[in-house]
Amino acid sequence: MSYGRAGTSEVRETRTGERRVTLTVNGERRVVEVEPRLLLAHLLREGLSLRGTHLGCDTTNCGACTVLLDGEPVKSCTMLAVQADGHEVTTVEGLGTPGELDPVQEGFSREHGLQCGFCTAGMMLTARALLDRVPDPSEEDVRWALSGNLCRCTGYQNIVKAVLWAADQERTS
Amino acid sequence: MYPSRFRYEAPHSLDEARSLLAQYGDEAKVLAGGQSLVPLLKLRFAAPELLVDINGVPGLGHHRVEAGVLRVGALCRHVDLERSSVLARHPLVASAAPLIADPIVRNRGTLVGSLCHADPQGDWASVLLALGGHVVAEGPHGRRPIPMAEFTLGPFQNALRPGEIAVEAVAPAPRGQVSGRYLKLERRVGDFATVGVAVALETDGDRVVRAGIALTGVGPHTIAATAAEQALVGRPLTAATVEEAAQLAAEASRPKGDHRGSVAYKRHVVATFVRRGLARTDLEAVA
Repeated sequence: MSYGRAGTSEVRETRTGERRVTLTVNGERRVVEVEPRLLLAHLLREGLSLRGTHLGCDTTNCGACTVLLDGEPVKSCTMLAVQADGHEVTTVEGLGTPGELDPVQEGFSREHGLQCGFCTAGMMLTARALLDRVPDPSEEDVRWALSGNLCRCTGYQNIVKAVLWAADQERTS
Repeated sequence: MYPSRFRYEAPHSLDEARSLLAQYGDEAKVLAGGQSLVPLLKLRFAAPELLVDINGVPGLGHHRVEAGVLRVGALCRHVDLERSSVLARHPLVASAAPLIADPIVRNRGTLVGSLCHADPQGDWASVLLALGGHVVAEGPHGRRPIPMAEFTLGPFQNALRPGEIAVEAVAPAPRGQVSGRYLKLERRVGDFATVGVAVALETDGDRVVRAGIALTGVGPHTIAATAAEQALVGRPLTAATVEEAAQLAAEASRPKGDHRGSVAYKRHVVATFVRRGLARTDLEAVA
């Protein structure tokens, strides 16, 4: 693998079978050369050092590795990095900054929406996408939207409260 | 987990995709949503030489109703069907879409891809079977329809020939009053169905014109409950005919007892789901 920050936008094959891929990660244009079999999750974690994206089950069940692809939640362990060519990826690092948290992040903090934190990045990105589409979700909407993200600590109660807090915050601010 | 090495091509036209498939034959796999294929690659249950990513091929993302016929393109995601506004005359499809896998998988996965994957526990196969639908295959010699009843040859085996690509799934135009839905019992979101029942009903007044009933997860493959269908066609939809169909469908099921439930329990759920699926909201409250 090799990684850079500038280059051309088309996918092309190199001598080693690697592909040049241009994608936008958290608003920044990135040009990377990857083996076709490299998963998006590994590109993010190992190639781009964005380790907020967690690999949980690695079998498309748990949703810990969820990132946003053009604003929609996808499981980054179930997508090839080459498929992200030309697309926008948002990871938890792109959601907010310590000084300026996304309302979803603030909600998780205020409502104690996590214990071990392993599922949290995926939960928050799925929640962000929900609120972008449905600004005034019911509790049922939240539970439905998060049903592909598994948490083994909290039993979901506080996670749901955190997302509803963020929705309320965004509507009233 | 990493897949084995493969060559990756992302063609921009169907012609290009077809010629790649023709060149590699059985050694090529089509990548659409990837929500079944990528896990298989990672587990190395599949190790194709060539992956043909069709996500850049234009003209495959549609789903539309033309003269009552529903056409679902190879890149139409489950979520597109879940949020669709054109499925009023296709309630079985509309009700199944939100029950496929989980919300994140539905953002990527496709109906046509699910049919091609031919998992014996797949939900969409029952839906298309109950609707009497077909898959449109495009190959070196043009397009051909493959009836859903003939499309799945066995577990993870479909009827596509080397060099062919599935471009559309089609559900025929229903006649008269349309009802029916997909019912799925699962232990948790994203699990395989303990029991899934697809019911498609067309009625003229209270007389049944066409009935399609197919079962998921209660046999070695998708089961068409033809005896139950025949018990309904040409007859009025009454408590007695509904009960007869429910019992015939339960008899047609061939469940195995496992951690999800006993044989008797699963048969009971089949009958219950057939009753619920046949309940017409305009005639009586849904059970």
